Amino acid sequence: MSDPVDVLIIGAGASGAAVAWSLAETKMHILCLEQGGWMNPAQYPSTGRDWEARFWGDYSPSPNIRGRREDYPINDDNSPIKVVNFNAVGGSTIFYTAHFPRLHPSDFRVKSLDGVADDWPVDYDTLAPFFAENDRMMGVSGLAGDPSVPERNPPMPPLPMGRSGAIFAKAMNRLGWHWWPSDTTVATVDYEGRAKCINLGHCTPACAQGAKASTDITYWPVAQRAGVELKTHCRVREITTNEEGMASGVIYYDEDGNEQFQAAHVVVLACNGVGTPRLLLNSVSGKFPNGLANSSGLVGRNLMFHPYAQVYGYVADETDGNRAPPTCLWSKEFYETDKSRDFVRGYSFQFGRGVGPVMEAVTSEQKGLLPWGAGHHAAFRRLNGHRLTLSAICEDLPEAHNRVTLDPELKDCHGIPSPRIDYTIGENTARMMEHGIARAKDVLAEAGAADICVNSPIVYGGWHLLGTARMGADPQRSVVNEWGRSHDVKNLFIVDGSLFVTSGGVNPTSTIQALALYVADQIKQRLANLFD
Amino acid sequence: MSDDNPLTPTQAADLSALAGFIIPVSDEFDVPGADDPRIQADMVATLGRDAPLVREALAQLARLAGGPFASLDAARREAVAMELRAAAGPAVAALTRVVLQCYYRDDRVVRSLGLEPRPPYPKGHELPDGDWSLLDPVRARPPFWRRA
Repeated sequence: MSDPVDVLIIGAGASGAAVAWSLAETKMHILCLEQGGWMNPAQYPSTGRDWEARFWGDYSPSPNIRGRREDYPINDDNSPIKVVNFNAVGGSTIFYTAHFPRLHPSDFRVKSLDGVADDWPVDYDTLAPFFAENDRMMGVSGLAGDPSVPERNPPMPPLPMGRSGAIFAKAMNRLGWHWWPSDTTVATVDYEGRAKCINLGHCTPACAQGAKASTDITYWPVAQRAGVELKTHCRVREITTNEEGMASGVIYYDEDGNEQFQAAHVVVLACNGVGTPRLLLNSVSGKFPNGLANSSGLVGRNLMFHPYAQVYGYVADETDGNRAPPTCLWSKEFYETDKSRDFVRGYSFQFGRGVGPVMEAVTSEQKGLLPWGAGHHAAFRRLNGHRLTLSAICEDLPEAHNRVTLDPELKDCHGIPSPRIDYTIGENTARMMEHGIARAKDVLAEAGAADICVNSPIVYGGWHLLGTARMGADPQRSVVNEWGRSHDVKNLFIVDGSLFVTSGGVNPTSTIQALALYVADQIKQRLANLFD
Repeated sequence: MSDDNPLTPTQAADLSALAGFIIPVSDEFDVPGADDPRIQADMVATLGRDAPLVREALAQLARLAGGPFASLDAARREAVAMELRAAAGPAVAALTRVVLQCYYRDDRVVRSLGLEPRPPYPKGHELPDGDWSLLDPVRARPPFWRRA
């Protein structure tokens, strides 16, 4: 048996890295167990001529398609949206678009403002300093002065507007609708040891330049220098408890597949909105027969994805294609509730610049735009390098039947039961998506686009895994308290997207990390009576 | 079949014939067809995890053709190929993707599109900064986020 560590963090992704870095200043013995390994940027797709093809293979966003040993399979057959993630040091920050908006103040008061779902036990102002700290650590590029959000000051200038952004900007101005350069975690200048962006373009499946922030190159080097220990290729099977009902440690499989036990005084879960409920539900004991921290019955429930309604078309002018970061502009024109609509809450638009030639060919062929035989070449030249895309990122309200459970048959390579997803798109969200599609078509029409295509929802679009162990003051209506500690197990904390009470209508990574830093700060302030 | 050659000679001939139908040679754009030997060699060499689905699609193609697709005349090839496309499904999608992804990374084809035949890294690309005065009307809007 190993000596107990003070703090054991499970997962080295967006939130695990942030909480590790923040807690390092306590000088406690902190250990992080990560099921994946360190990535080698020299092997990222953008370094090879098969850079686009790997999207359908070893760099698919779906763990089920990717099938690396570091991944675990997920039964998402009963969901119109499939889970996408990445398992490595850096987690899904290795494999994301780096679009980095924050939740709005209204997102934390959904019940009070709109009479749906629940309010959060924290508010925007409470998280504001942690948003700013995270912006500095991750390295955010953007532009202050956006009238759609509370003031913030990104440490780097925004990404160039480019050809695609300029076309969108003119169309949005003619419509009188809001747009703004997106906050991103792509370095636009050399920043804290990271080289600036050189427009590789293929950013989402990892950045070979290191310009895109992933926590393996932001938080982790600093945390490790501060003494945090990180063990890779260690997959946790279950969290163990003692007779007092406190977490006593974890059982995990090491790199060689050997079962190990690691004792800990505090356990922090940072495994995302699918991995965290999976682990809690796999941690069954006589004292916790329905899974750990699950007296409310809410572990795994209220899964929220952010259904994406994607619309694209083709303009006569050349666009940026895949020769620039996919992140470009955002619009919050339809973000806040408007009572004249047939839905509450709202969505943001994320504008994209275009795609590469292989992606263009494959997707256009599937849509019937690209013929077989005669006419193929002329059609392709009309499409390639002329695509404009925008997506409505729709707020997903919590619904108890949308949930993560354990699959009775499917297991990972260590024999650990895999998660099963049961999910449907709610009526409010469906109406919101239709609104988003209609407004996106307005934008594309104003830009002069033709051959309009719709992907709604984006099937392999389950990037945002939220709500499955939500925070709250009431132990019967939440899994953890106002500062991330389990109501049931007083030395067990959760810091990932599972905490979200509602989803907002923006990419969540910024808010996930701000929450992780907030929970870490609460832990530091309460060290003398953390378990009271 | 082997790891080095995941298709039988008949399957390889049918793949080449179908690829050449999907993307024919073009004098107008000065590009080869997808049945070009170099492109075919790339397809076979990189089939990898797609091999089972591609073999399934080729079996489907042979069934529709009533024998080797490559032995059909041009008119019959077109009819069978379009029937395969209409049938769709994961196997046909995988086969089509393999054809397209190998074709659109061939040096000659990439050059014909006005692009450089190279991976994105390490050279990257130039991106125009754009006219930020376009943002002036948005800057002029008062804050409109909802106070909570």
